[in-house]
Amino acid sequence: MTANSSTPASLTIDDLRGSVGRRRKEGVIRVAFLAAALTSVLISVLIILSLIGEAWSFITQVDPALLVERGWFPRRDLYGLPTIVTGTLVIAGIGMLVATPLGLGAAIFLSEYASPRARRTIKPILEILAGIPSVVLGYFALQVINPTVVDPLCPSTTDPYTMGAAGIAVGILITPLIASVAEDAMYAVPGSLREASYGLGARKRTTSLRIVFPAAVSGIVASLILGASRGIGETMIVAIAAGGLGGSLFSVNPCGPGQTMTAAMTALATGSDQVRGASLAFPSLFFVGLLLFLFTLALNLLADFFVRRVRIQY
Amino acid sequence: MTTPRAQAISNAELVRQRLTGGAGDWRSAAFAALLGLLLVVTLGVLAWLLGVVLVNGGPTLLARGLDFFTSNLASRPESAGVAQGIVGSLYLMVFVALVAFPLGIGAAVYLEEYAHDTLLTRTINTVVRNLAGVPSIVYGLLGLAIFVVALGDVLGPGRTQGRSLIAGGLTMAILVLPIVIITTAEALRAVPLTIREAAFGVGATRWETIRSHVLPYAAPGIFTGTILSMARAFGETAPLILVGAVVGGFNVSYDNPIEQAYGRYTALPTTIYDWARKPGTFDGNTYAAIIVLLVVLLGVNALAIFMRNRFERRW
Repeated sequence: MTANSSTPASLTIDDLRGSVGRRRKEGVIRVAFLAAALTSVLISVLIILSLIGEAWSFITQVDPALLVERGWFPRRDLYGLPTIVTGTLVIAGIGMLVATPLGLGAAIFLSEYASPRARRTIKPILEILAGIPSVVLGYFALQVINPTVVDPLCPSTTDPYTMGAAGIAVGILITPLIASVAEDAMYAVPGSLREASYGLGARKRTTSLRIVFPAAVSGIVASLILGASRGIGETMIVAIAAGGLGGSLFSVNPCGPGQTMTAAMTALATGSDQVRGASLAFPSLFFVGLLLFLFTLALNLLADFFVRRVRIQY
Repeated sequence: MTTPRAQAISNAELVRQRLTGGAGDWRSAAFAALLGLLLVVTLGVLAWLLGVVLVNGGPTLLARGLDFFTSNLASRPESAGVAQGIVGSLYLMVFVALVAFPLGIGAAVYLEEYAHDTLLTRTINTVVRNLAGVPSIVYGLLGLAIFVVALGDVLGPGRTQGRSLIAGGLTMAILVLPIVIITTAEALRAVPLTIREAAFGVGATRWETIRSHVLPYAAPGIFTGTILSMARAFGETAPLILVGAVVGGFNVSYDNPIEQAYGRYTALPTTIYDWARKPGTFDGNTYAAIIVLLVVLLGVNALAIFMRNRFERRW
């Protein structure tokens, strides 16, 4: 503040900086916001550290021969990883079989066929479906989907817990996700491409399938990958409807019960008061969690890569 | 002999026939019908689900009335209620609001308003996007390792064995943090640059610009995002199971809420999970509790969608 007040014309750079207090406050606020942003980094570091720490103690202590056993019975120290990985893939696969046609069909309809009014009505309804908690869908799978859909398809068994029912419910869960991401990608395709197609005499169906769909294919692939990632990480539906609490034999049969990585974790945790003793069951929880984390991280990074390709194009 | 007018009509008819493929374009019609059918199936599933829940839970809810909301968990279905679940879930929401909202909104403000395109900024952005895709049960593991085991003596001393309401609340707050950051950042990005320039032009500092110009215009979007993240936390079950919410002994009649926060707890979705695993006699209760959960969630979602449509600005 060395400005000479007698000559009003000579403003110095200090005059424009404002008061010291105002600048200091500005700096403090900036640092506070930066700290808030850095907590997200801190959380990821904590996730990885907490997973790796216990997972490492599991790997170093477990007998590797037990990891490839055909069954998952942590209470008896049998950690058959193929059992829970296969169960996860079976259920996520059934989910994708259900959700891919439903989600992409809804996306094409909303983006290309629906009137603006229908779009405004249907999109919130899909958001409601997306907001149904998975614990509710799990109970629905157990009480309704299994007796009415799975039992007629599996005449030989009437198991109350089936991977098929859980898979269908997972499909219902990820349908709105796939529909919403794919619809965003197709809606973002410039209208000029559609007009060029119509100008050449193409029909709506041809335009949708041969012009818009290929132009949006990155986003559509991303929607499917995100759906798969969500299906693999889904917990409550599987824990309620797929059976296999506590332990499970190796199985790929959708008509029977099975165990997934996520359900194995809840099973370990609901009995974890006992599990926290000397057994390897507690660290095994974190090892399975680390596997799941790496699976979904890889899928999410892949989806991210495809989404970026869409952005570059237009 | 045809008149010129009749000739023109038949030409137009000929052109229309050529353009629409003559014998009717059944493939296009079939494709449109298939799309409609897929959409009807998707929406039909939602209707089916809601219908089943109402038909099975409605009678129990009506028969029990207020008693269902004021009763604690019990071994007999006629006397079991959701009082503890509702109180526990509301407590968890308080933690989400107190921890996740300031942190999330602050982080988004930094990323959108302060950060330059540096390696650090890009790292934070990537981390946030990937955190949003981490399965919720992994957050449960984080809570179990850090809040329950490592900090258990501080957050849940004594008989609680670390499985305290605080541990659950902090886990939920961390779970929704990425969602709060992403939705807030979107709301901030939607405020045009000219608004900021107008504030800078009259000499406002960056924080003054944010406080008086950017945040007020972004407020509806931020509000919608925070409300939706709250709904997400309200329905989330898996991480709570890992940090120990399916346990009895949640006393809703403590006089001291601080003391309660250090004790054991349950939540509405974990109550549903608990009942869902019980034999058939609890079916009515389970469906009734699902009705309560869905009414809260759909109400909150509808409020958010309404807010978004009502206050959405086009610049």
